[in-house]
Amino acid sequence: MLEAIPVLSLITWIPLAGALLMILLPTRNARALRWVAGLFTAVPLVLAIWLYAEYKPAIGGRPYEEAYTWLTVPLSRAGAEGIASLELAFDYLMGVDGLSLPLTLLTGIVSMMALLASVHIRKRWKTFYVLFLLLQTGMYGVFLTRDVVWFFIFFELTLIPAFFLIGIWGLEGREKAANRFLVYNGVGSALMLLAFLMLVATAGFTATPGAGGDALRFSGSYDVLLANLSGSGSQSMLASDPIFQLSDGMRWAAFVLLVIAFGIKLPMFPFHTWMLRVHAEAPPSIVMVHAGVLLKMGAYGLIRFAAQLFPAELREAADVLAVLGVVGILYGAVLAFVQKEFRLLLAYSSVSHMGIVLLGVASLNDVGLTGAVFQAVSHGLIAALLFLIVGSLYERTGTTRIDELGGLAKSVPFMSGILLTAGLANLGLPGLSGFVGEFLSFLGLFESMKVLTVFGVLGVLLSAAYMLRGVMSITFGPQSPRYDGIKEARFVEALPMVALVALIVLLGVYPSLLTGPMQPSFDPLVEAFKSGVGG
Amino acid sequence: MEALQTLTVQDLWTLAPELALLVASVVLLVVEMFLPARVNRDLIGWLVMLSLAVSAALVGVHMADLQASGASAVSVLGGTYRVDDFANILKLVVLAASGLVVLLSLGSVRREDIPIRGDYYSLILPAALGAMIMASSAELITLYVGLELMSVTTYVLVAMRKSRPSSGEAAFKYLVSGGVASAFILYGMSLLYGATGTTGLGEIGAALSAGSDPFERLVNIGFYLMVAGFALKLALAPFHLWAADVYQGAPTPVTALLAVVTKGAAFAMAYRTLFNAMGQDERDLVLPALAVLAAIAMIVGTTGALRQSDTKRFLALSGVANAGILAIPLVLDLSHVHTSLFAEFVYYLIAYVFMNVGAFAVLAMVERAEGQTGLDAFAGLYHRAPWTAGAMTVLLCSLAGLPITGGFFGKLLILFGTVQTRAYWLAAILLATTVVSYYVYFRIIRQMYMRGGRTEEPIRVTTPAGIVIWICALASVALGVLPRPILSWIDAVFSLPADLMVR
Repeated sequence: MLEAIPVLSLITWIPLAGALLMILLPTRNARALRWVAGLFTAVPLVLAIWLYAEYKPAIGGRPYEEAYTWLTVPLSRAGAEGIASLELAFDYLMGVDGLSLPLTLLTGIVSMMALLASVHIRKRWKTFYVLFLLLQTGMYGVFLTRDVVWFFIFFELTLIPAFFLIGIWGLEGREKAANRFLVYNGVGSALMLLAFLMLVATAGFTATPGAGGDALRFSGSYDVLLANLSGSGSQSMLASDPIFQLSDGMRWAAFVLLVIAFGIKLPMFPFHTWMLRVHAEAPPSIVMVHAGVLLKMGAYGLIRFAAQLFPAELREAADVLAVLGVVGILYGAVLAFVQKEFRLLLAYSSVSHMGIVLLGVASLNDVGLTGAVFQAVSHGLIAALLFLIVGSLYERTGTTRIDELGGLAKSVPFMSGILLTAGLANLGLPGLSGFVGEFLSFLGLFESMKVLTVFGVLGVLLSAAYMLRGVMSITFGPQSPRYDGIKEARFVEALPMVALVALIVLLGVYPSLLTGPMQPSFDPLVEAFKSGVGG
Repeated sequence: MEALQTLTVQDLWTLAPELALLVASVVLLVVEMFLPARVNRDLIGWLVMLSLAVSAALVGVHMADLQASGASAVSVLGGTYRVDDFANILKLVVLAASGLVVLLSLGSVRREDIPIRGDYYSLILPAALGAMIMASSAELITLYVGLELMSVTTYVLVAMRKSRPSSGEAAFKYLVSGGVASAFILYGMSLLYGATGTTGLGEIGAALSAGSDPFERLVNIGFYLMVAGFALKLALAPFHLWAADVYQGAPTPVTALLAVVTKGAAFAMAYRTLFNAMGQDERDLVLPALAVLAAIAMIVGTTGALRQSDTKRFLALSGVANAGILAIPLVLDLSHVHTSLFAEFVYYLIAYVFMNVGAFAVLAMVERAEGQTGLDAFAGLYHRAPWTAGAMTVLLCSLAGLPITGGFFGKLLILFGTVQTRAYWLAAILLATTVVSYYVYFRIIRQMYMRGGRTEEPIRVTTPAGIVIWICALASVALGVLPRPILSWIDAVFSLPADLMVR
């Protein structure tokens, strides 16, 4: 059924259609705007769930793939003999596999929850929802496209709305946060683009013999790049021309560019400073999307491009990545422990948890990779939940400083309970989803690097310390009389909270729901790691 | 060169697009004098639009003829003037850009500001004519005549805001820098003529490729001088210092004219000259210098715009950076497989015309309402004119090279060219300056969306200016979503050896 419709395109473009429709609606009617935004967020989510249910790991995503010619740039072929055509092709390619499917679903869920949490938005609703829908198109597109140029376009498409969402609706330091976000991510995307174009100009080359000579094209197709880089591509005589071969130095250059580009997004340890400010200043519903999905684009890119296209380079660089991951884990955890601002505590906690993703990637085996993706999804849900509560608390108390809050369990027991659950999930309590991701990542790493694993696990201990310190001092202890009259969560707030908690528990007790579709997708990659063939 | 030929009727037909502008400008100048004072001078503006359209239609007819006949070019006047697809494409760009500028003037020029509006409109025609001659000339003298025609007219146009001292100052600075540019170019030309004994571009190239040349040093100096002159006209750093002052003082539509038409024409001149008149030795020696200029221009333009608080100066420096980007295809190595150089150049030039004219149009509207052109004049534009703010956002995204806009695609193609020819250092500079430019262009976006304005009072956008703004914004998006028609069109009509090369 789903194969018959271009489901991946629908998921990606429906939010954009919603955004365009909303521009035409009158600004005054906030309720109608909210419903339209909700509708256009819900439809892709439903499609994503449906797709998830229909997806068969054994077959993979092939039935859902879409390929259309979008753009071919004719290249100069003056002086060349025996060539029918020479072009630079950026096609519209969509595809899904075990790596992108969970993240697509995550995007849908977090977007929906963030939309419900946007009831806190008090000004310029219309623009907010338009940008929010645009952001969704960008996020879905990043996970679902199979062409590097489209990947870049979607990646940038998340950048512009996110800049506005942070810069207009954030707290006092919003402009600075938005600027930093823009510049750091701009640097990342520029490095990414350079690496992509280097690949297109070399590994993207294909020659198809035909009646009137060879049809030559440079393509941004991920499959073509993968095939050519792993040496299984249909290379003709022309393709063995050194112009189209990546030298070892260039391979390394492209690999390092990609690691840094996605490392900034993840964020990897030395490149994390920009996201702290975003966590602290952006409006809560946007932080939900930011911590929940946008950071995961870094993890996705790292696995999709850096790992899958360059397994040989990754194998040699795995130690470095693992060390960076461990440093990130410990650094994030220690700094989270001393924060007085709960948002910053969560921000450093994100740095720490994304370090675990890095460890999973560096483990070079399927357990670790599965763990990395699981951790990405699970942290996406947990971070979204935490910031959802932070947003609700901030609306009621006007502060998120740990020392100013306290004893909230008395006046808002429900929200405090959810906060405690989220905190426990974040520190990796077995039975909740956070545990599975961390466990698998560390298990994977333990196979390859035992010492580093030991240091990494230290971070988990620390996370218990900082999370409990933060959560406990907010919910228990003496309550400031200022907060006596604050109200319990409204229905629109409680609904996403309960839904997210349910998902976190579900993934915690039944992880194969998520790991099931993933495994077969990593098989070729793990093979490449084992055989050591330059991928 | 052969003896002087007589000008036949057939030749006149070949020159028809230029003649149309020439006749129109003379007639309109005379009509202006005899028109009663009560007649609104906008009439002249609309007639100027009409003559630009006629000229563009004639160019279109020429292109169709050329395509149908299968010939690569029609040369007249002893091979000094050449109508080929290179010239035709650039003429269309020049005419379209001039048309947009005139339309913008119709919607923004006030009587208090420019008292002699009739002359103002009709003077845009000779400027466009000069630009067209530059695109078509295959010979140094003709080239120079076109250059001077365009320059002299624009000196006058810059000085049009008679009531403001800054306009006169700008005109004087532009005159001096333009004079210096002409001197450089002429001196370079004279050295080339001295060494080769000819002024035809093709003949010079043939003589220089032929082999050992006793005047090699002089020839190289000649080319360096010409490159310096071109750089002055293009506002490539470090020859860009005049740009900010001139842009600021000139009437806003004239600034747009300087930013797109004169720059496009100067690029046409640079392409024609450097591709044709150089042998391989000269290419190896002179083009790296131009590459360095392009790199400096990108860096200086972008970082300079970072500190500007006046929008016109800001856009002037953005123009410097964009000139650097446009110069990249010119300097890349020809021997590698990549885009035809010209396609990516023209594509980005078209995108640049739209995004720049559009941005100036929005600026002109803001200037009308606020009476100043500081960046803070844009404050709160989102509340005062939400649709215009939206259009400006698209235009600025295009300038910054963000998808999906024409600016993004143009930059992507140029970048791909640098990567393919392994000019990684240029690619790195292009990317680095692009990242900085995000920050630069988002300064205006921040003003529009995140700052409160002086008042909340809506800004009135005049109809002609509104049309310009929306043509430009929509074209910027269309170029980004569907770049294919333009690129295929260029590929269909243009081939490097047949169309650009004179010999």
